Amino acid sequence: MSISVQNISKSFKNVSAIQNISFEVKSGELFGLIGPDGAGKTTLFRTLTTLLIPNEGNAIVAGHDIIKNVKEIRNSVGYMPGKFSLYQDLTIAENLAFFATIFGTTIEENYDLIEDIYVQIEPFKNRRAGALSGGMKQKLALCCALIHKPEVLFLDEPTTGVDPVSRKEFWEMLKRLKQKGITILVSTPYMDEAVLCDRIALIQKGEILKIDTPENIVSSYEKTIYDIKTNKMHQLIEHLKKFPTQYSVFAFGEYVHYIDNNIELDLQKLKIYLEEKQHTNIIIQKATTTIEDVFMDL
Amino acid sequence: MRTILFIIQKEFKQIFRDKSMLRLIFILPILQLLILSNAATFDVKNIRISFIDSDNSISSRVLKDKFNANSYFSVTKELTNPKEGLDFLQKGSTDIVIEIPNQFEKMLQNEKKAELQIQINAIDAATAGVQNVYVSQIVQQVNQDIAVKIYNTTENQIILSRIETIPSFWYNNTLNYKTFMVPGILVLLVTMLTLFLSAMNIVREKELGTLEQINVTPIKKYQFIIGKLFPFWVLGLIILSVGLVISKVVFNVPMLGSILLVYGFTSIYLLLILGFGLYISNHTETQQQAMFIAWFFMVIFILMSGLFTPIESMPKWAQNITLLNPIRYFVEFIRMVLLKGAGLKEVLPNLVVILIFAILINGLAVWSYKKTN
Repeated sequence: MSISVQNISKSFKNVSAIQNISFEVKSGELFGLIGPDGAGKTTLFRTLTTLLIPNEGNAIVAGHDIIKNVKEIRNSVGYMPGKFSLYQDLTIAENLAFFATIFGTTIEENYDLIEDIYVQIEPFKNRRAGALSGGMKQKLALCCALIHKPEVLFLDEPTTGVDPVSRKEFWEMLKRLKQKGITILVSTPYMDEAVLCDRIALIQKGEILKIDTPENIVSSYEKTIYDIKTNKMHQLIEHLKKFPTQYSVFAFGEYVHYIDNNIELDLQKLKIYLEEKQHTNIIIQKATTTIEDVFMDL
Repeated sequence: MRTILFIIQKEFKQIFRDKSMLRLIFILPILQLLILSNAATFDVKNIRISFIDSDNSISSRVLKDKFNANSYFSVTKELTNPKEGLDFLQKGSTDIVIEIPNQFEKMLQNEKKAELQIQINAIDAATAGVQNVYVSQIVQQVNQDIAVKIYNTTENQIILSRIETIPSFWYNNTLNYKTFMVPGILVLLVTMLTLFLSAMNIVREKELGTLEQINVTPIKKYQFIIGKLFPFWVLGLIILSVGLVISKVVFNVPMLGSILLVYGFTSIYLLLILGFGLYISNHTETQQQAMFIAWFFMVIFILMSGLFTPIESMPKWAQNITLLNPIRYFVEFIRMVLLKGAGLKEVLPNLVVILIFAILINGLAVWSYKKTN
């Protein structure tokens, strides 16, 4: 086990940020923490990286106790906070050299680990970090978090505010790092990134709702979801909510996702109901279940 | 050690990269030293004075001529009645109104005693006090001149006995206030600069989020703190050097004592100020908060340092508070060494107090600096 969290709780004054969280991450696993803003993801990260002391519970990271062996943990984990936090007035090369030095190592020593990523930003190595694009900043931050060859890498919302192309690149980099045996705990508010993880934990309001592989989470969802589209999308949600057997209704891209209480829904009956409400061009079809659907139902 | 050196190197890089800040750090203190030293004077000059002479005698003219001849006074106008004098004071057209009553000379000759009315604008109490002393001194002189004349002509046998005082001003024999003020102002500048810079420095890393990144590294507390504060220690000594050169070249401040002693004392004093800055940094979340607290203490330190108002004339409780004021000890020290030529033995009490303060505040600051919450 690379990370083993047991019943961790942390509250600030009277506000509880995370409650009774437990999960385990295997060595070399890419583990995703999926949840909306304010779910407690960052608090959990800060606790596991020894920046916060939990009120209750404990955790073992890379074989070290997060309360007792703080020093060992700091030597063996890499942390990339959600907010870009390198020195904006130092250049790429200076930032990297600085973090290598305070970890007691050199860039050359672990160059093989960051090579893939560093070559992409090397042409700009004399540019100040503050003048880099969002994607390049992320790459630099990842390099700095990796420079001491950590056993476990903590990435707090690494792709928030990054363009789709850079996001895709970033996840490919994570996969390559995983192949090098680094355990990665990554958090994201984007459901589409969840499927790229080996296993995910759905977290909301400081509690973990479900932990499984993305495939299992989707396939274990027994309800059927329908894509519905009509000419009057505005009123559609309102009208569907008044349908006697409705279970849940929410907008999903160009469709509305509708789930019924009955597993076998009489589609004809639903169509007639909508027509009575003056909807035309009605399209009703079965949708493929996504992580987001499961999350909305929790 | 390598880590500390690297942090120091990084700090210097950041300081020198911020060109506008660098200019402020060096140019502002120099400007302040040049301007403040010339402006912060206790001398009261150009006192405007008006007379209401209802006597118009030889004696009254002798009195007026004495004021006219004195370079500290400028006689504005001869007034005719008391009401006009009051109006004049009210408008702020004069600082002092002296009323010489009718029969002034006659009273002097017959009764050997006469009265003068002196009205002084006391909006600024300190200035009014000094003006009062000046006026009294001149009146006293006139009094003696007249007395001698009167006695000489009438009763020759009376021998005047009077005590004359001839002051000799030690350590600043021309009473040049700049000699006295410049070292004190230099102390203020060195203190302000290092306190503000160190108080804002670590809090800035908090604001930017870089401190969080540093805190997850295995870096030791002492390495980080020394690395962060050492550049400001150097900067403080550089400012002191620049200030000493200006004091010598521009203001010709005497430097009787050992300059080495000044540097030695300042090195320890800077540790105290930097520790205090770090302590402020630890207990604030933004640069604004840090700046506000630093200013709060700075104002108290300056006003209670004995630089502008003598500590001896403060109430007892205030004097006790000044015992906690580091600037007080530094101002005292630098004046003793530069003007009096005091040696290590004489300034040892100041040195010991500063050393104790430095150890206490740094201990407190390091202890309250937490990598984990």
